Amino acid sequence: MKKLLIGTTLAAITAAGSAVAGSHSGITACLITKTDTNPFFVKMREGAEAAAAEAGITLRSYAGKVDGDHETQVAAIETCIADGASGILLTASDTSSIVGAVTQARDAGLLVIALDTPLDPIDSADATFATDNFLAGELIGRWAAAKLGDDAANARIAMLDLAVSQPTVGVLRDQGFLQGFGIDLADPNVNGDEDDPRIVGNDVTQGNEEGGRRAMENLLAIDPSINVVYTINEPAAAGAYEALKSIGQESDVLIVSVDGGCPGIQNIADGVIGATAQQYPLRMAALGIQAIAAYAADGTLPENTPGKDFFDTGVALVTDQPVEGVESISVAEGTDLCWG
Amino acid sequence: MSGNADDFEDVVNSAKPETVAAFEERKGFIARLQHTLHVYPALVPLFVLLASILLFGALLGSKFFSPFALTLILQQVQIVGIVAAAQSLVILTAGIDLSVGAIAVLSSVIMGQFTFRYGLPVEIAVLCGLAVGTAIGAVNGWLIAAMKLPPFIVTLGMWQIVLAANFLYSKNATIRSQDIQAEAPLLQLLGSTFKVGANADGRGGATFTIGVIVMIVIFAFLAYVMRHTAWGRHVYAVGDDPEAAQLSGVNVRGILISVYAVAGFICAIAGWALIGRIGSVSPTSGQLLNIESITAVVIGGISLFGGRGSIMGALFGALIVGVFTLGLRLSGADAQWTFLLIGTLIIGAVAVDQWIRKVSA
Repeated sequence: MKKLLIGTTLAAITAAGSAVAGSHSGITACLITKTDTNPFFVKMREGAEAAAAEAGITLRSYAGKVDGDHETQVAAIETCIADGASGILLTASDTSSIVGAVTQARDAGLLVIALDTPLDPIDSADATFATDNFLAGELIGRWAAAKLGDDAANARIAMLDLAVSQPTVGVLRDQGFLQGFGIDLADPNVNGDEDDPRIVGNDVTQGNEEGGRRAMENLLAIDPSINVVYTINEPAAAGAYEALKSIGQESDVLIVSVDGGCPGIQNIADGVIGATAQQYPLRMAALGIQAIAAYAADGTLPENTPGKDFFDTGVALVTDQPVEGVESISVAEGTDLCWG
Repeated sequence: MSGNADDFEDVVNSAKPETVAAFEERKGFIARLQHTLHVYPALVPLFVLLASILLFGALLGSKFFSPFALTLILQQVQIVGIVAAAQSLVILTAGIDLSVGAIAVLSSVIMGQFTFRYGLPVEIAVLCGLAVGTAIGAVNGWLIAAMKLPPFIVTLGMWQIVLAANFLYSKNATIRSQDIQAEAPLLQLLGSTFKVGANADGRGGATFTIGVIVMIVIFAFLAYVMRHTAWGRHVYAVGDDPEAAQLSGVNVRGILISVYAVAGFICAIAGWALIGRIGSVSPTSGQLLNIESITAVVIGGISLFGGRGSIMGALFGALIVGVFTLGLRLSGADAQWTFLLIGTLIIGAVAVDQWIRKVSA
């Protein structure tokens, strides 16, 4: 009940909130995700709920209606402040516009941890627990180059990115892939500015099957000899595979992806995707809850992974065709760790 | 007998041109154009479609002007096209249906989940999906016709309800393409392709899918129904002036409910085609179909005020969007230019519509 002193005018509301949460230690944490429909965030919430139950923390979950729903997230942060929560785990839809609301929460004494998606600028949050998306891209890039061997010099590469607005996660994975494949990045903060002739083109998928298929068709119309396809995530990869299948070219093309969702891992076993870099939303959320518990107990702030400006929650390459020089785990191991 | 009849007609024929010629002369070219467009409202989008194909053909050459690229456009617009057919029917009654995309997605999810979760025969599951789509449409129609609620509000609510039901029911789980192919290939039927004029490796050439054929058949059938059946004429009558239609003996309530039900049915077919197109059953797809279908309908010259426009216009509208999207993509332009141009087309189309309306004023 010490926390009540934090609030001033909000004291009454907080008291009401704490009374409901009274069965636990009195610590409340918020989880705010982009949507509550994407399996990635569903898994994240499961991880947070399990960790919260273990630590005796009351967890309140909020989500935007659709990806990109910024207003609902701001309202959720305001609700958490009013609720007297100790901390917020946030996957922001709009990484720069949300900073104002985040600052307000931090000024009110809440610990704000960005999960999965770094804020812009990254130090707007107290900490960031995320996948190293550049490394994820690099792993699949190195794998694809090693898989092709000498043919990598003549590869015809399609880049299926996330969105026209080039969100950070899309740029990091794209540029990581190219770096891993051995292509000069030009500006590493921008997709599509490379002048390597092996790149046929970039197109956007919105990270779903429909967009993946359309983007693949568009790039095939530019050059039908594409033999390497980078995809932002596995649904986009599944869509790209359908486009290739419709013209009978699915067996000649190497598709790589990022995410590690269960359908995606199954697609590796079925030969749709060659390799994917798996990330771990459950671990992100569990670590986030533990950090909030520690902060509520004695004010400890989470620390970054050495050499990075965020806490790296790990990434692993999943493939059933391991290549020399790139560490990977098998499809069976990937299935045990997959989400969604 | 016959000679007398000929004489009689000669008199009529010789008298007629004089008056008609005088009448048309007074109206001038612009007025006649305006009149022609009023009678055949699909001419404007058809002209824009042909012009844009020629434009991109001239700019991009064989890369765009190939059987492969041109049939690719058909494949890319098939879902929006089918939904736009449903949307046209609704808009012709001076209504609007914001729930079209949600109905399509829920229907596809039902087809998939009934097969994979409950183990129903895939034929039954497809029928269930089509039935649910039709039923949701009928509920929309009933709320609008019997409860007298505005279409915008009813379908805005239904959109949210259906979409939420879709996510709750499916748990947002995707059914993978490979599982469907192995166990229920009927779900992917509308995605099966056949080629015309491919080379020896099976590459290039015109590629059609069953879904594209279905889209064209739906439009051809509806175009016939709208022009040549009592139901079709009644839909126009209700859209033009429901009170006048009621007074002339049209069952306005019945027509409205049936229009929304048919729209729901067509959306469910679009949901089936969606499975064929993306291979898998994905509850997150088709989110923008309502806006995209309204765009196609408006660019297709169908009046949002109801009662005027040709159903073929919506097909041309969808194809125009498809041509611009692929054409600009192939010419390497930023994707935002597509949206900018489509926005311009929408406003242009409505401006032309307003101008054509003046002919009847």
